[in-house]
Amino acid sequence: MISLQKICKTYALPDAAPFQALDSIDLEIARGEIFGIIGRSGAGKSTLIRMLNLLEHPSSGRVIIDGQDITDLDGGALRAVRQRIGMVFQHFNLLNARTIYENVRFPLRLTGAYTQEQMQQRVEEMLALVGLSDQRNKYPRQLSGGQRQRVGIARALANRPHVLLCDEATSALDPETTQSILQLLRRINQELGLTIVLITHGMDVIRAVCHRVAVIERGRIVEMDEVANIFRNPHHDVTRALLDPLGIHFGAPAPTGQSA
Amino acid sequence: MMSNIYWPEIFEATWQTLVMTGVSLFFTVLIGLPLGIVLFLTSKGQWLENRVAYGVLSVVTNILRSVPFIILLIVMIPITLWMVGTSLGVRGTIPPLVAGAAPFFARLTENVLREIDRGIVEACHAMGANTRQIMLWAMLPEATTGLIAAVTVTAIMLVGYSAMSGVIGGGGLGDLAVRFGYQRFQTDVMVVTVAILVGLVQLLQMTGDRLVERLNRK
Repeated sequence: MISLQKICKTYALPDAAPFQALDSIDLEIARGEIFGIIGRSGAGKSTLIRMLNLLEHPSSGRVIIDGQDITDLDGGALRAVRQRIGMVFQHFNLLNARTIYENVRFPLRLTGAYTQEQMQQRVEEMLALVGLSDQRNKYPRQLSGGQRQRVGIARALANRPHVLLCDEATSALDPETTQSILQLLRRINQELGLTIVLITHGMDVIRAVCHRVAVIERGRIVEMDEVANIFRNPHHDVTRALLDPLGIHFGAPAPTGQSA
Repeated sequence: MMSNIYWPEIFEATWQTLVMTGVSLFFTVLIGLPLGIVLFLTSKGQWLENRVAYGVLSVVTNILRSVPFIILLIVMIPITLWMVGTSLGVRGTIPPLVAGAAPFFARLTENVLREIDRGIVEACHAMGANTRQIMLWAMLPEATTGLIAAVTVTAIMLVGYSAMSGVIGGGGLGDLAVRFGYQRFQTDVMVVTVAILVGLVQLLQMTGDRLVERLNRK
């Protein structure tokens, strides 16, 4: 479904040596899978998820989605690919000047492929899916964080994407709301068979929804396995630190001051 | 006290000031808004970053903004003559007003657009929106209140600039204040014109603030 091949990303810095954000990442994500990418701040996970819809372009390596190599696409071809990849953000990134209804309709309008009636029907389906049908005429700032993220998810799913990318989708939410959003993601995965890639710095998120997980540190994948195996038998220090930030069970506490 | 006041003339002058401000505001926004959008899009860090285009536009707007308006009025006389056939009265004042205000409004527009959350723009890109869609359907609606505030500031500046044009024979309240209030020492005319200008500015600011408040979705 998704295949990353030898992805490297280097940023040129004005007064310093170039910064290597991603270092030769290889990754295969299967259809219908919920795949988690976890790492500490600055480990490169944000850059990595942005490779999947080319919001960031790799310095080298290939990005293949659904058998199509999208690495060199640009202009209209790239926009067409992006229209079929949903994305959900930590800070929701909704249009504040537009109603909930208009926000969810936005990606449909972009395609120019739907009639008014089709858009209306689809938006209503999506709002029902995330349980916000009664909020359709409100503005994003009138909703709670959890509700706004539901709008974000409805918007991301509106155009029937092949893949849903979640960029720290629950990091700005309280624990209870986080659980309800994660439940929603799991339901979407089961009901629609949608492939979901999510990044997080919280192991609880990985445990709650992911099938497989990759641990990333300083731009490299240091460990990748089924979630159960990672929890049962973590190999890498970073994995242990993420599982056990206080260092109670595995001895060494989280290394500090190393992340960029 | 009010012996020098000839009200029909005052009304005429007030009307002229309103026309100068209104017409020049229209053209200022017509030119300044697209210019501001291009400045924003080509600036550093934006998706259409273009150092040459930004550099050229930036220098042009800075030059126009750095020339004091009273000098711009005089320097532009040949261009004004060519454009509207006269450098006097209401018609002759509008070209320099637009030349002075459009770059200013363009900068305000650029700043308003820059204030919009980058996350919103990123979300638009992620959804596969093109530049026109991002600008018309997302950024400009997000920027509405900021742009109304910018229009208000610009309109008030235009009232002031249009009054200044009285010095070189433009029309309106400034012209009245210069010819009667200043040159003929008719203090009462001066007081009345200033009072009307103050009232006009107040009215513009209040209207702008009301609109912003009404459209605010925060």
